[in-house]
Amino acid sequence: MTETVSGIAFGVLAFLCVGGAIGMVVSKNIVHAAFWLLEVTVAAAGVFLLLDADYVAIVQLLVYAVAVAILMIFSIMITLRRIEDAVRPRDFSAVAAALSALFCAGILWTVHAFPAVHAQPLPAVAPDVAAFGKLLFSAEGWSLPFEIASLILTAALIGAVWWTKEGDE
Amino acid sequence: MHVGVEPFLMLAAVLFSIGLYGALSKKATVMLLMSLELMSIAVNINLVALSRFVTPKTMEGLFFAVFTMVVSAAEIGLGLGLVLAIYRQARTSEVTNLSELKG
Repeated sequence: MTETVSGIAFGVLAFLCVGGAIGMVVSKNIVHAAFWLLEVTVAAAGVFLLLDADYVAIVQLLVYAVAVAILMIFSIMITLRRIEDAVRPRDFSAVAAALSALFCAGILWTVHAFPAVHAQPLPAVAPDVAAFGKLLFSAEGWSLPFEIASLILTAALIGAVWWTKEGDE
Repeated sequence: MHVGVEPFLMLAAVLFSIGLYGALSKKATVMLLMSLELMSIAVNINLVALSRFVTPKTMEGLFFAVFTMVVSAAEIGLGLGLVLAIYRQARTSEVTNLSELKG
């Protein structure tokens, strides 16, 4: 990787991200929407690779593209058993479209008007995964948040099992 | 042709808005969760891009992105568990049917 981000690679990945997201929102079949989301996650992992964030890209692939996609497909299979349930009208809402378009315009204008982000040159230094791991597990670094994160995951695991367990209806 | 941090922020803004539209307009609970996932991906793109361009040595944004992923993985697991629990109770998982607590 050179010291700047390639515009062509970024353009391709951005097209894949936005195209997949639009495909997800407009697809009538929920299963298709899940696969569009999978495509967006893989493209986002490509964006992370473009930004020299190898670890985040790998975690993105492992967590979103594998675990979350499997969870999605399984819950679609369990809750929408017939094909007719998965295919549904397009749920268009003009209010939601107007709100999100307004939000998007506002954010784009802010990004454009905020002078600090303009023409920010790409710093040449990009620490590798080893430096990332050392910072993550050092006591003065991020080891405490890391432990709290594992606690959150354990709590979520127990909570999900508790909610979905066979019980009185 | 090379790009700076601005196109990344714009990409994230567009992705977030599409996710927001989905979260506001969809009536299937699974679609709602997928839209939330899209929004958290957009947030992660923002964090990673700003980390690479602004704090490349200390990598704060990367750590924040990893912890965001942890939280959204927990959220998606709990959310889908909730969808299954609702389905078992009501035999449907439409958002519009979940109005029992409405005053």
